[in-house]
Amino acid sequence: MSKLHIETTINGEPAEYLCDPHETLLSALRNAVGLTGTKEGCATGDCGACSILVDGRLVPACLVLAPEAQGRRVTTIEGLSRGDALHPLQQKFLEHAALQCGICTPGFIVAAKALLDAKPDPSEEEARYWLAGNLCRCTGYDKIVRAVLDAASEMKGSAA
Amino acid sequence: MTTPRDFKYVGTRPIRHDGVDKVTGRASYGADPAWPGMLHGFVLRSPHAHARIVSIDTKAAEAVPGVHAVITGKDLPETTATIALGEAAIDLRDIGDNVLARTKALYHGHAVAAVAATTIDIARQAAAAIDVVYEVLEPVTGIDRAIAADAPILHPALRTKGASADAGRPTNIASRMELKRGDVDAGFAEADVVVEREFRTPMVHQGYIEPHACIARCGEDGRAVVWCTTQGPFVVRDACAAIVGLDSANVKVVPSEIGGGFGGKIVVYLEPIALALARRAQRPVKIVMGRDEVFRATGPTSGSKVRVKLGAKRDGTIVAASASLWYEAGAYAGSPVGAGAMCMLAAYKIPNFFVEAYDVVVNKPKVAAYRAPGSPIAAFAMESAVDEIARELKIDPIEVRLRNANAEGDRAPYGPKYGPIGLTEMLETARAHPHWRAPLGANQGRGFAVGFWFNAGMNSSATVTLNADGSAAVVTGNPDIGGTRAAQAIMAAEELGIPVERVRSNVGDTDGSGFTDVTGGSRVCYATGMAVIRAAEDAREQLRARAATIWNVGKDAVGWEDGRAIPPAGTEKASPLTVAEIAAKMTHTGGPIVGRASLYAPMAGPAFGAHICDLEVDPETGRSRIVRYTAFQDVGKAVHPSYVEGQMQGGVAQGIGWALNEEYIYSADGVMENAGFLDYRMPVASDLPMIETVIVEVANPLHPYGVRGVGEVPIVPPLAAVANAMRDATGIRFTELPLSPPRVLEAIEAAAAVPVEA
Repeated sequence: MSKLHIETTINGEPAEYLCDPHETLLSALRNAVGLTGTKEGCATGDCGACSILVDGRLVPACLVLAPEAQGRRVTTIEGLSRGDALHPLQQKFLEHAALQCGICTPGFIVAAKALLDAKPDPSEEEARYWLAGNLCRCTGYDKIVRAVLDAASEMKGSAA
Repeated sequence: MTTPRDFKYVGTRPIRHDGVDKVTGRASYGADPAWPGMLHGFVLRSPHAHARIVSIDTKAAEAVPGVHAVITGKDLPETTATIALGEAAIDLRDIGDNVLARTKALYHGHAVAAVAATTIDIARQAAAAIDVVYEVLEPVTGIDRAIAADAPILHPALRTKGASADAGRPTNIASRMELKRGDVDAGFAEADVVVEREFRTPMVHQGYIEPHACIARCGEDGRAVVWCTTQGPFVVRDACAAIVGLDSANVKVVPSEIGGGFGGKIVVYLEPIALALARRAQRPVKIVMGRDEVFRATGPTSGSKVRVKLGAKRDGTIVAASASLWYEAGAYAGSPVGAGAMCMLAAYKIPNFFVEAYDVVVNKPKVAAYRAPGSPIAAFAMESAVDEIARELKIDPIEVRLRNANAEGDRAPYGPKYGPIGLTEMLETARAHPHWRAPLGANQGRGFAVGFWFNAGMNSSATVTLNADGSAAVVTGNPDIGGTRAAQAIMAAEELGIPVERVRSNVGDTDGSGFTDVTGGSRVCYATGMAVIRAAEDAREQLRARAATIWNVGKDAVGWEDGRAIPPAGTEKASPLTVAEIAAKMTHTGGPIVGRASLYAPMAGPAFGAHICDLEVDPETGRSRIVRYTAFQDVGKAVHPSYVEGQMQGGVAQGIGWALNEEYIYSADGVMENAGFLDYRMPVASDLPMIETVIVEVANPLHPYGVRGVGEVPIVPPLAAVANAMRDATGIRFTELPLSPPRVLEAIEAAAAVPVEA
């Protein structure tokens, strides 16, 4: 079985990779492209550790086939900071101690970015339901939710 | 004794030192690296819960192009070695058999063979070509079946340790132990009320989000390197060496960042397999588990049956207790039932008790440690029963616990006398908290429960290296599972008097760090923290000596204050020297400055937590929701309060999952039917409210700052706190977990059909 050649955009840069037709985008990102910030926790779309954005839409990379990224815009955790400046969500996760082991953190930050892109001023309940597709086993979600809400209010403040 | 001390950095909340790597995706976990020439491993697992392995033919697999090595249990030497782990010992014969079955498959998912190939697809395909002939046996799927007279026997050689009767016969009861005090019969005769109940809990998994993963290589010279996600690099080193048949000195284990463990990443599963494959193939081999493998073949904690009987006087004084605990060990001996028995009555001053504990093997995965192993199960039974006593006597649940609370000088049910413990302070803090008096809404109930854990000390080492610019690097061998790098940096900064940001905190590998026991037992901040403090003190003493050299005075004359060496009075021209000023001159005053410490902490600071849970149940569906939760805990001293709160909140969330939804569901033939996150229902963000934490600090005299350790206690109370809240909301005492909607609905409907007295 020969590999497919895929041309896509990853974190704003043109990118290309070879993949098997049945390979997941998660596998291609982690192995062929070498972006291992996107994690695999379940491979069945239940844990959110592999959350990425495809054309701005939040998806688990384990449920997308690698060839499907052809011609699309893929955003991973590695694409969130700019130069030496962290994304406000990254900064707030640090300030609120919203991570312990850190394995779910990239997925949560990407999912939270999608939330704030769609809804810049979410309520606590909205944030909790939006993030319900991301499992964290360490924190009990308390500090994660606080970090996301704090980032939202700061981003709103700086946009105004 | 610890004297009150004004801290500069302890108790502050700096940004963790490994934080940026973890929010940017740069941190490297078990499955992240790729090594040149790396092969991919895949493990073939038993489709039967209990079967004799008649034969394994690997020829077809070996013939698949791209396959470099195939191994079975017969390729691993049988070992009788053990690894000391605190009071317990890890039996490597069982661990080796669990890593790759030799003669019998003892649970569905038990590894029987493994393949290394150039791609994971080829490895899977080759594994499917392995021909295993099984003689299928009846599975033992639970405690009741395991102890029945006609039960199939898992291990023909197993005899009950600690039993006088039946000691000669094959059995599934691996051990029996008991704890007693006073005269239980006389105690119950004296009691005004007696409560007796039997409780059951299913197996549950630690649920770490990162699956087990490792990469191993073995050179032509026999030297091996294992990269893996683990709580115990030294355990992995010694276990791999014994199981694969290498010298420990030839194995280096490099711990990756670890994506959660909760006790489940102490023993080895994949590492010896990867190493044996790598040794045979002479290429690096990477193996990563899928989530179904994590559920089927790694670390759940025991399912259980616990019977408890309590007798109390009208004033709430508990005068007698008896209990029998039966815990599933899974396929090999070693459930945490002994710890459960010791924790069960730890909060209470009970003059007469008798507790017996049985460790039972069943055809399910071998249990692994899970956060305060054994204690939550025992607390579920005990704290539910105490709640019933309080109800029968119409005494406030906190008050009844205060009347029976152990205090400093009381003898713990498991033997030693308690030093200062914060139980009473914590109960009083909880009683005074507004949550305890807040009004409840319709269909809501409130539950209260306490929990106990010993905490652990054991072996730890640390080095603190001064840099010429006055910054410092800390190295220990404990993987950082939840912020311990930050805590260690805080401690070094406190001792050296340099800003916490100027301390770099590192996790070393087994060659690069002094021997250290596992990241577990709530011991890192306590015991390894103590090693860091002493290593920093050692570095500080060297700094004082260097200042003495610079000033040409005796070392004893040099003072130390706030990160500066203070010249002796009367020394002309000398002004205080900062760490940076002394460090800048270290080459000319004697060379590099490295502080070192190694210690064995035989004891730790036992700790208690108390939780208040408000729950609302929908009587039409049986679904419940936690509406408010407050956790109180005596932590001794919170070094980095944010991560202490985080440990408390995380433990609560896991405990709520255990109480409400999580369970291993088995078919009659012993196959786990819910081996995925969709069907094994862990709490998600929308299931939980904010979890309020109240930190109580009663200093532990064994630690220079008073630290007790924090990680395990918070998972102990929630099972009973939730069940007690459910009792309050529905009037029904649930004795079996989880309190999932179908179970709750069934009980509500049954109660409505047959009205019972309130």
